Amino acid sequence: MARQLTLLGNEAVGLGALHAGLSGVFGYPGTPSTEIFEFIQSQAEKFGVRAIWSANEKVGYEEALGMSYAGKRVLITMKHVGLNVAADPFMNSSMTGVGGGLVVCSADDPSMHSSQNEQDSRYYADFARIPCFEPSNQQEAYDMMSAMFELSEKMDVPIMLRMVTRLSHSRANITPGEKKQPQNDLKVGDNVKKWVLLPPHARVRNIELINKQPDFIRAADESRFNHLDIRKGARLGIIATGIAYNYVREAVSLLDEPVNILKITQYPMPAGLIRKLVDSVDRILVVEEGYPLVEMTIQGMFGIPGKTVIGRLTGDLPRTGEMNVDHVKKAIGLTVHETVIDAPKVPGRPPALCKGCPHADTFRALKEAMSSYPSARVFTDIGCYTLGVYDPYNVGDTCVDMGASLSMSIGASAAGVHPAIAVIGDSTFIHSGMTPLIGAAKNNAAITVIIMDNSLVAMTGAQETMATGGNIEKIVESFGVPREHIVTLNPLPKHHAANVALIRKELEHTGVSVVIPQRVCVKAPKKG
Amino acid sequence: MKRDIIISGVGGQGILSISYLICHAALERGWSFKQAEVHGMAQRGGAVQSHLRLNDREVFSDLIPKGQADLILSVEPLEVFRYLDFLSDTGVVITATDPFVNIPNYPDAAEMSRLLDSLPHKILVNADEIAKNIGNARVANTVMLGAAAPAIGFQPDEFDKGLAELFGRKGEKMVEINQQAVRAGFELATNHTA
Repeated sequence: MARQLTLLGNEAVGLGALHAGLSGVFGYPGTPSTEIFEFIQSQAEKFGVRAIWSANEKVGYEEALGMSYAGKRVLITMKHVGLNVAADPFMNSSMTGVGGGLVVCSADDPSMHSSQNEQDSRYYADFARIPCFEPSNQQEAYDMMSAMFELSEKMDVPIMLRMVTRLSHSRANITPGEKKQPQNDLKVGDNVKKWVLLPPHARVRNIELINKQPDFIRAADESRFNHLDIRKGARLGIIATGIAYNYVREAVSLLDEPVNILKITQYPMPAGLIRKLVDSVDRILVVEEGYPLVEMTIQGMFGIPGKTVIGRLTGDLPRTGEMNVDHVKKAIGLTVHETVIDAPKVPGRPPALCKGCPHADTFRALKEAMSSYPSARVFTDIGCYTLGVYDPYNVGDTCVDMGASLSMSIGASAAGVHPAIAVIGDSTFIHSGMTPLIGAAKNNAAITVIIMDNSLVAMTGAQETMATGGNIEKIVESFGVPREHIVTLNPLPKHHAANVALIRKELEHTGVSVVIPQRVCVKAPKKG
Repeated sequence: MKRDIIISGVGGQGILSISYLICHAALERGWSFKQAEVHGMAQRGGAVQSHLRLNDREVFSDLIPKGQADLILSVEPLEVFRYLDFLSDTGVVITATDPFVNIPNYPDAAEMSRLLDSLPHKILVNADEIAKNIGNARVANTVMLGAAAPAIGFQPDEFDKGLAELFGRKGEKMVEINQQAVRAGFELATNHTA
C-alpha cells in the first residue's frame, strides 16, 4: 500500500493536480483557496510546473486558458468572489472549450468566515453549462483531479472544482495513487472557428455546448463519485451534496430507521439517480453546503406530486450558513445535545491588526487629519486594513469588493462628498485599483487615494505582490496624477505629526492626490 | 475508540502546531483523523479553534457535533468557555491559566478563577511558567500538548518525530526544548490524575 499522507483538503487538490500531469497553476490569493496554489508552488521545481501568482483572477484565468490552448493541463485557483472577477473569461471559455484539460477551482466560504458573501459557485458552473465536482473529503479531492482533467479533455470544456472552507482547511490522511500522469506535449490550437468567438463562430459553439448537456448528465449518472444507497423499507431519502454527505452519514448512523442516501459530488445533477431516489421514498431531505440549488431544482415551482421535499427552503435546515451534523440531526428528528454546564456569555474576540502593523500608524494619522472634516468619508477595500473599521481606529465607511475603494470614492465625490478618501493596499491596488485611478487622474476627480504599501499580500499569508515601493509611485505618475500630489510617507509613531500634516494637505486639495505610506508588513518573511 | 478534541486559543498562539502534532502521532498509529482549522482573517488575534477527531474507524464529519467532545484543550482560559457546548457530560477541560488580554471587556482575575472553578472535570496548567523554567516562553503551547497527551492516550515520545519535522529547521536545540516541554506537561497532567 502506498504511504499515507496528512494533507489539508487544499493540499490534496494540489497533489492530485500534480499527479494528474499538471503543467501550470494560476490564480490570486484568497481565503479559503490559497493553500492549493502554495502547495503546488512548493513542489513546482520538482514537477516542472509553472506557479506564479497573477495580478488578479481574470488575468490568471486568461493566462491559464492560454496554456490550455497550447495543449497543457492547467489549474486556476481563487476564492468564490474571485470568480466574479474572472467571470468574463470563465463564461466565454465554456464556449471556446479547451486544448489541454482546464480545471477552475472556486473555493466557497459558507458562513463567511473570511468573506463578504456566501455565493455558491455551483450556480456559476450551471450558468456556464459546464460540469462541476464537489469533493466530500480530502481523499476524493485528490482522486477527482485526474478524473476532472480527463473529462475536460474528453468533453472539450473547462471543469469546475467547487471547494468549501471546511474541506479546504481540514486535514486528514489520504492515500495517493500509484500512477503519475506525465505532462501533455505542446499542441497548439489551430482551430480559428473554436478559439475566435466572433458571433458566427460563437453561435455554432453555443449549439455544440448545448448538445453536450445530455452527455454531462450521463457522465454524472455514471460517475463513481455519485452514489445511491438504497435500503430495504426506507421511507426517508436524503440527497447530500459535497461535504454535507459526511454530516448526513454521521447523523443517520444514530437513526434507528433505514434511510436511502444519494450522494452527489459530480454535476450537472444526475437526473437518473435523483429519479430513482425520489421513486424509492415518500419524504426527501436535501442537505447542501451552500444555497438550496438541488432542493430548488427538484422541487420546482409546484413540488413533486405525492412527495414531500424538505431542506433549507422549508426551514427544516437553516436558510444560510455552514451545514453540520447537528443541523442534520434536527432535520431528521434526533435531539441535539444541550450543555449541562451553565456557560457564561463570552465576550467576542474579533481579529485585529498585529502589534506594530504599519496600517495602524497610517490609520492614527488619517483619523487625526480627518478630524477637522466631519463630512469626510473613507471608502476602504479588501485586506488586513479592513480591520481599521474596528476600534480604536474606526476608519472606513464602505467596503464592498476589490478596488471598489477607488471607484466608489470617485462616484461619491461626483455626488458632492468631500473629502472622499479611498484606502487600498498595494496588492489590491494592482488587482483592481489601477483602472479606476486612470479615469480619476484623467478627470482630476477630487479624491484622496491612500495606497498602503506593505510590500506583500498580507491577509492571506504574505504572498509576493506585483509592485511595491518606487514602482507604485511610477505607476501612479504614469497615469497622470500630478507629481506634486504623489506623497510618500513612513508610517511610524515618530513621524506621526508630520504624517498628519502631509495627509491634511492632500485632503484640502480638490483634485486627485495619492498618498503612499510605505512600510513592510511585520509578518513579512525574514530575508536570507 | 474515538477522541473528539476542541483545541482553542487566540490567533497566533500556535494551536495549529498542536493540532498538527497530534495528527502526526495519530497517523503513526494508523488511526483515522480529521482536523478542521481556522485560516484567514481570524488568525489576526481573533478567537480560533480547531476540531480534531481521532478514531480507529472512519471519521465522517470534519466538525464535532455539540456535546460530543471528549476534551477541550485550550492555550487560553477564556477561550474554553466559547466552546463549552461542544463538551460531553463526561468531557475534560485542559487549559493554560495564562490570560491573553486583547479585548477591553476581558473578565478580571477573580471572575476568571470563578469560571474555571465551575468546570467539573479540569486540569489547569501554568504553561507560561513551565515554559519559562524550561528556558523558552514560546513553548507554552507544546507544554499544553504534553498535558493533553494522557487524556488522548498518547505517550510523550510519540510526538518526537513530529516535533523534529516541525522544528528541525530551527535547529536541534529547538527540537530538544520542545520535547522537554511535552514531557513537563505530560508529567503535570499524569500527577494530576494520579
